[in-house]
Amino acid sequence: MTPAKGANQVNLQARALYCERDDRQLFADLSFSVCSGDLLQLVGPNGAGKTTLLRLLAGLNHDYTGDVTWHDQLLHQVYSEYAHQRLYLGHLSAVKKSLTPLENLRWLMASEAPNEDQLWVALKEAGLVGYEETPCQHLSAGQQRRVALARLCITQLPLWILDEPFTALDKAGVAWLEQKMQQQVSRGGAVIITSHHALEAVHGLRQLTLGAAV
Amino acid sequence: MSLVIATVKRDFILAARNPGEWANPLMFFLMVAALFPLAVDPDPKFLSKIAGGVIWVAALLATLLSLDSLYRADVEDGSLEQCLASGESLYAMVLGKAFVHWCISGLPLTLVSPLLGLMLHLPDEAYMAMVLSLAVGTPILSLLGSVGAALTASLSSGGLLLTLLILPLYIPVLIFAASAVYHAGIGMAYNGQIAMLGAMLALAIALTPFAAAAALKLNLSR
Repeated sequence: MTPAKGANQVNLQARALYCERDDRQLFADLSFSVCSGDLLQLVGPNGAGKTTLLRLLAGLNHDYTGDVTWHDQLLHQVYSEYAHQRLYLGHLSAVKKSLTPLENLRWLMASEAPNEDQLWVALKEAGLVGYEETPCQHLSAGQQRRVALARLCITQLPLWILDEPFTALDKAGVAWLEQKMQQQVSRGGAVIITSHHALEAVHGLRQLTLGAAV
Repeated sequence: MSLVIATVKRDFILAARNPGEWANPLMFFLMVAALFPLAVDPDPKFLSKIAGGVIWVAALLATLLSLDSLYRADVEDGSLEQCLASGESLYAMVLGKAFVHWCISGLPLTLVSPLLGLMLHLPDEAYMAMVLSLAVGTPILSLLGSVGAALTASLSSGGLLLTLLILPLYIPVLIFAASAVYHAGIGMAYNGQIAMLGAMLALAIALTPFAAAAALKLNLSR
């Protein structure tokens, strides 16, 4: 219970995870750990349980057996502390269509309370300059995704959990996101993502394959 | 806490951008009162007797009309998931959202109700009671409604279910509020009913956010 000690350290352990959905086993006896400097990519066919595992690691899904620990304490016991250490970005991007990118980002980042300059810099980095006052319903799917991903430019949280972040991004966007993840890993953070995208440009990548063909 | 404040601000901006969300129930409220004398009996004596009840029934139904969308959009676009992921207290979040809902539904109803009183020949002595009972009663409707809205948030057509769940809980509010207006109209004391509504409001503020937060968690952790 000493937040200062683990402030920038990542130590997430999964032990003997078992999860089934609708009487179908998704994974069994799954154990791994994610520490500072790790980039873990969950791969597997559609329906293999990647998102389920991701939500489980994010502390949003409790329908499993096994232990997930954060600094050796069970996740649900230290959830509020854990929640302030990890950034979760689901495949629903939480971008409101009638708000502008700036307003959306301001809300998405509310718990870290960045100043206005940081928000502008993040939007600039995400390639949304010139659109900051346009309601998101007039933006393309890729640009809306960029609004959600602009959080990664500001956040100081050590653990990122991203569900299919590459969806709808163009080539430049993919390169930008890979670079963001690389920076996060090299400053001692950790990233867990699900993606079907081959992450060639990122060093220190580990892959965890789910759902080998039954 | 910062996320709750940001959410309240965001929801006010959203309400300002989509005026239909709050203007619709308000129009409904006005329409009911405007059509009632045409359909029943325009006799002022008759109308003044039923005015309090009509206004309260219209207010209750108008609130019900606006509840369906309270959490649905947030569930669909993932912003509620972000609230849950942020680790902030959902209790405060629910309270914040109910507050915004009241500001864009119950508060406008309360403010235009004297106009309806005029249309329905409400007795002069009853205006104070009507505005007071709406001011204390409509927040209860928003809070109770937020439980129903949370339970049905991830159902695609939860409107009917929401009505069935919530309407029985609205009945006590309706009885006490309408009786306050009626008693004021015939020159009797109505502070007992208002006090009862106040007690219900205190209870609703303390308890309903727990139920709504639990329902939202259940909806999201699947």
